[in-house]
Amino acid sequence: MNRKNLLAMSVLFLISLVLPWVIAVYPLGIVIEILIYGIFASSLNLLLGYSGLVSFGHAAFFGIGAYTASIFAQNVSANIFFTLPAAVIVSLLAALIIGFFCTRVSGFYFLMLTLAFAQMIYAIAHQWESLTGGSNGLSGIPVPQLWSGFSFEDQKLLYYLILIVFLLVIFGIRRFIASPVGQTLIGIRENEGRLKAIGYNIRNYKLLAFVIAGGLGGVAGALYSYFNGFVSPHEVYWTVSGHAIIMVIIGGAGTLIGPTLGAGFLIILQSVVSSYTDRWYSIVGLTFIAFVLFAPKGIMGLISLLKLPGKKEVTQNFNVEGEKA
Amino acid sequence: MNESLSILAMQVLNGLAYGMLLFLLAAGLSLIFGNMDILNLAHGSFYMLGAYIALSVAQYLDNFWLALILAPLLVGLISLVLELGLLRISYNRGHLTQVLLTFGLAYVFNDLVRWIWGAAIHTLTPPASISGSLEIMGQTFPRYRVFVVLLGFVIAFLLWFFQEKTRWGAIIRAGVSDKEMVGGLGINIHLVFTLIFALGGVLAGLSGVAAGPILGLYPGMDFETLIFALIVVVVGGLGSFTATFGGAIIIGLADTLGKVWFPEASLFLIFAIMAVVLLVKPQGLFGGRAA
Repeated sequence: MNRKNLLAMSVLFLISLVLPWVIAVYPLGIVIEILIYGIFASSLNLLLGYSGLVSFGHAAFFGIGAYTASIFAQNVSANIFFTLPAAVIVSLLAALIIGFFCTRVSGFYFLMLTLAFAQMIYAIAHQWESLTGGSNGLSGIPVPQLWSGFSFEDQKLLYYLILIVFLLVIFGIRRFIASPVGQTLIGIRENEGRLKAIGYNIRNYKLLAFVIAGGLGGVAGALYSYFNGFVSPHEVYWTVSGHAIIMVIIGGAGTLIGPTLGAGFLIILQSVVSSYTDRWYSIVGLTFIAFVLFAPKGIMGLISLLKLPGKKEVTQNFNVEGEKA
Repeated sequence: MNESLSILAMQVLNGLAYGMLLFLLAAGLSLIFGNMDILNLAHGSFYMLGAYIALSVAQYLDNFWLALILAPLLVGLISLVLELGLLRISYNRGHLTQVLLTFGLAYVFNDLVRWIWGAAIHTLTPPASISGSLEIMGQTFPRYRVFVVLLGFVIAFLLWFFQEKTRWGAIIRAGVSDKEMVGGLGINIHLVFTLIFALGGVLAGLSGVAAGPILGLYPGMDFETLIFALIVVVVGGLGSFTATFGGAIIIGLADTLGKVWFPEASLFLIFAIMAVVLLVKPQGLFGGRAA
């Protein structure tokens, strides 16, 4: 990291620290949402961007995380040292089971299966009324606590909690991608056949990526339940998976902060557009089509175009695994 | 005939009818996927458009039969335009780009249908000649389901004949195995793709119209049905209409009978079947090409 980047990061960090004290409650809520969906899109980016696995069912883990945190908060304890690990563990287990099946196939079959499994989780959220409250969802979720007597009643405190988790996740992903395992995943994305020939067990690596992404997706879901205080089957619906894909692609697949930029773009666009028109889905769809056609590397790709020529900026390509180059 | 047996016969008919609807939908999906390597995520939207266009046609012209013919053709036209206008210009970008484009389209169609027809639940009313019930061997069956099963068999036979016995069918089969070779033999593969995409649209539209009186019309029907079509493709396998037909019958029967026998867990039955097929025969029960 060079000096200029360090300076920019410090400034950003300071801004994020004082933010709750300078902006009103409503925009702070939007910032919190961007951070939560930033985590969620970044976790999907581990699959879609870095490993070349196009998952269309990531909402499954968002929902599992949100429901697990809520159910534990209602029935056992609202302590986040309890609800957050519970959400992560259940999401990891679910990702292990779903991933076991999905990583047996490649290409668009993987896409179909992830979509189908997520829809199954959606059906469970809908039908298992005694556990999930059915289509009414779970409401009246207790406010998360750090210890008894210290709860995140104040949205400013919740913001700091979510900011800390967000930073941990982003730096964690950075470390992970730089590690030999992360580099192997990128290798699988670039040329699966070659890595197989060298002797890597492709399936295990894919499963590992799937499980980690699922666990982080669960973290995002748990944070969402803290913020929202209410979960419903809507959190597991295909549109949530779809939005995450759109965020990753619009922000820039295979880049560290692209997915968060994509989340910011989509959430801010939604809050602006929805005050003018109900045609939000058409606008998302058309914006997405425009990005896919004209800026396939997303916002990060556009930013790298602005940089000085000669300075080579790496924005990684994404490609469906198993596809002939 | 005793009562439990007659209930079973009725449910088997329902299952077959549902299987036929899934077949019409999944046939186009697997045809497009097998030939063009595009997983058309807007395929559920075509199904939904077929149903809603038929609703309008049936309302204005007061004729179900015309709706059954016109709506699929209109959906075919829409998919033709989309293939030429959107997918064709992105051929050199790789298949993921095209799949993402169809996904963007699914969002737009989902919203357009809500915009034009509203969010209320509708249903299509079949004409008197195919509504009511029919008596076969002392057992009454709903006429419309019998009609859907017959329609499914006829279309399945026509598609089989088209694929196995005609020149165009031979080109399509060749396209599944080796596209470049087909192009090398002087066949305009892009024209083939366009026609296949349009045919897929027609079939999805037909499925939507035929499903209208049974499953109804509601926002969200697009993705709900797409998931089932995907499962049919996974279970049946790629490569031929016969494979899709087999997969569709299995899923249609399993879902319908599952709902009768274990209403709480019917969806799990479908997923269990899919999981077992993936573990035992990943290329699908009747498919030739590996997943």
